[in-house]
Amino acid sequence: MTPTYYLLLSALLFTIGAVGVLVRRNAIVVFMCIELMLNAVNLSLVTFARINGSLDGQVMAFFVMVVAAAEVVVGLAIIMSIFRTRRTASVDDANLLKY
Amino acid sequence: MLTYLAQEPLPVPETTAIEPPPVGAVWPILIILAAACAGVLVEAFLPKHQRWSTQVVLTLLAIVGAGAALAGYIVDAPEAGELAMYGTLAVDGPALFLWGTLLALSVGAVLLIADRSVEPGGAFVATAAIRPGTVQDRAQVQSTGMQTEVFPLTLFALGGMMIFCAANDLLTMFIALEVLSLPLYLMCGLARRRRLLSQEAAVKYFLLGAFASAFFLYGIALLYGYSGSVRLADIGAAAAGTDRSDTLLFAGLGLLVVGLLFKASVGPFHTWTPDVYQGAPTPVTAFMAACTKVAAFGGILRVLQVAFESTSWEWRGVLWGIAIISMVVGAVLGLTQTDVKRMLAYSSVAHAGFLLIGAIALTEKGLSSTLFYLLTYAFTTLAAFGVVSLVRGPDGEATHLSQWAGLAKRSPLVAGVFTFLLLAMAGVPLTSGFVGKFVVFEAALSDGMAPLVVIALVASAVAAFFYLRVIVLMYFSAPAEDGPTVTVPGAFTTAAITLGVIVTLLLGVAPAFALDWAAGGAFAIR
Repeated sequence: MTPTYYLLLSALLFTIGAVGVLVRRNAIVVFMCIELMLNAVNLSLVTFARINGSLDGQVMAFFVMVVAAAEVVVGLAIIMSIFRTRRTASVDDANLLKY
Repeated sequence: MLTYLAQEPLPVPETTAIEPPPVGAVWPILIILAAACAGVLVEAFLPKHQRWSTQVVLTLLAIVGAGAALAGYIVDAPEAGELAMYGTLAVDGPALFLWGTLLALSVGAVLLIADRSVEPGGAFVATAAIRPGTVQDRAQVQSTGMQTEVFPLTLFALGGMMIFCAANDLLTMFIALEVLSLPLYLMCGLARRRRLLSQEAAVKYFLLGAFASAFFLYGIALLYGYSGSVRLADIGAAAAGTDRSDTLLFAGLGLLVVGLLFKASVGPFHTWTPDVYQGAPTPVTAFMAACTKVAAFGGILRVLQVAFESTSWEWRGVLWGIAIISMVVGAVLGLTQTDVKRMLAYSSVAHAGFLLIGAIALTEKGLSSTLFYLLTYAFTTLAAFGVVSLVRGPDGEATHLSQWAGLAKRSPLVAGVFTFLLLAMAGVPLTSGFVGKFVVFEAALSDGMAPLVVIALVASAVAAFFYLRVIVLMYFSAPAEDGPTVTVPGAFTTAAITLGVIVTLLLGVAPAFALDWAAGGAFAIR
């Protein structure tokens, strides 16, 4: 099986994540879609490491995981605080700032 | 064979111990990050009433110490720059200039953040975990405490920015991007008043910021697949001569640049800017507007000049279009704003367009003029947001433009200072904004971008109109009966505004020394 398929799968996952961010309303689901995008990138990185025959890509995937974990900490804290105030995590309801 | 080997004297093995990296160059970053960690410990171990003073002293000392370390290094810095931290950081002329700019700006920003005279207890919430609108929340508005975590967060963001504009490979750049962004997301949500707006700004900034950094990261992955390395110079070398698929290169470049342009709030990627600038506490807005812009454009300049100079024919047209969109959107939508902070946000979008013109002129002049423009714009905008925080109504800052009517009659000094800053943003001679625009447009003209410069001049004329509208409003309108009061600022805010105003004036009257410094070196391509 050629590594190209993994790249296609990764592009597909990234696209699903990006579309999810644009169409979903719940902040948690939007955030999960972003995580899906990051993990799609991880798949790309590891595949390219295999194609290029270097370990750099695999090391980078670890860095991405650490960053994603840190992002979860900050992101869930922010989403929690707005949820406790409004009793909803819908991004459509957060509409005080406009024009 | 064995006997032969035994007779020969064994060759002395070369010392293979890894050379320790030269640390001198990165002392400023180390000091800032160490102080940030110390700030976290202060939060953990000191009693509540001692934290504010300790944090302010610690933060300011760290910035001044980093500035001293930077000055000590610049005195005998190698002309061509050097690599530090095993080649992940390129400490060259532009990086040193941007570090100096960032450190000077953050002194002002920290003074604004620390101020407790304008609003008793400061602009930050006493306990962020309290739900807005509850009894406890009304009590915290009256209390004089604040979440002093904001100081270490500022230092972490500052450290991330400094790494970001010196990063020599894309992985370091990505980590630095997150280190600078994550604290900012949190700081946006910490306003003492109008907490719903503040939290909404934090959510919007976070979701859009994480979305953009996913694009940035996918760009890195594709470029890694293209060149087999994330080192900027290696990508540049690969792009200059290789038989690999250009699809990977240009898809990667596009995604990478989208992430960078988002952070710099350029053109069609600006949608978060007005909301976040309006919702965030004003000192944080000042910090974001000034420092993030500097760091993001530092990154853009480095990526474009080091990694993608050889392919500039292919991408330049796209960035032309983006610069035009950015200037037009900023100038035209800025006209329709009724909120001072939103107006300044659209002004920052327009300025990002001007900066991008300098950034795509891939010449020495383009580099030095963009750096100079960053310096001038950042100090002006820092002082402008400082002034915005002074005009207050009964429920916090009075940011609606109608409330600013006749402000000159209430406080001639504040109105005069704000007028001066707006004129600098409009680019009137004898202010730094004029010199900045002049050098950027000149660099663009000499690089054959005359049509773009014409559009930029038209856009800055349109933008000048909405600055003048505020000035007219302040001087020639009758003040409203229940209008806002102008708070007399304490030492901290006064110092920050004065710093911004003095730099704006100084760079307008005698810009030569800063121009020389900005032209002091090119990027180290290694």
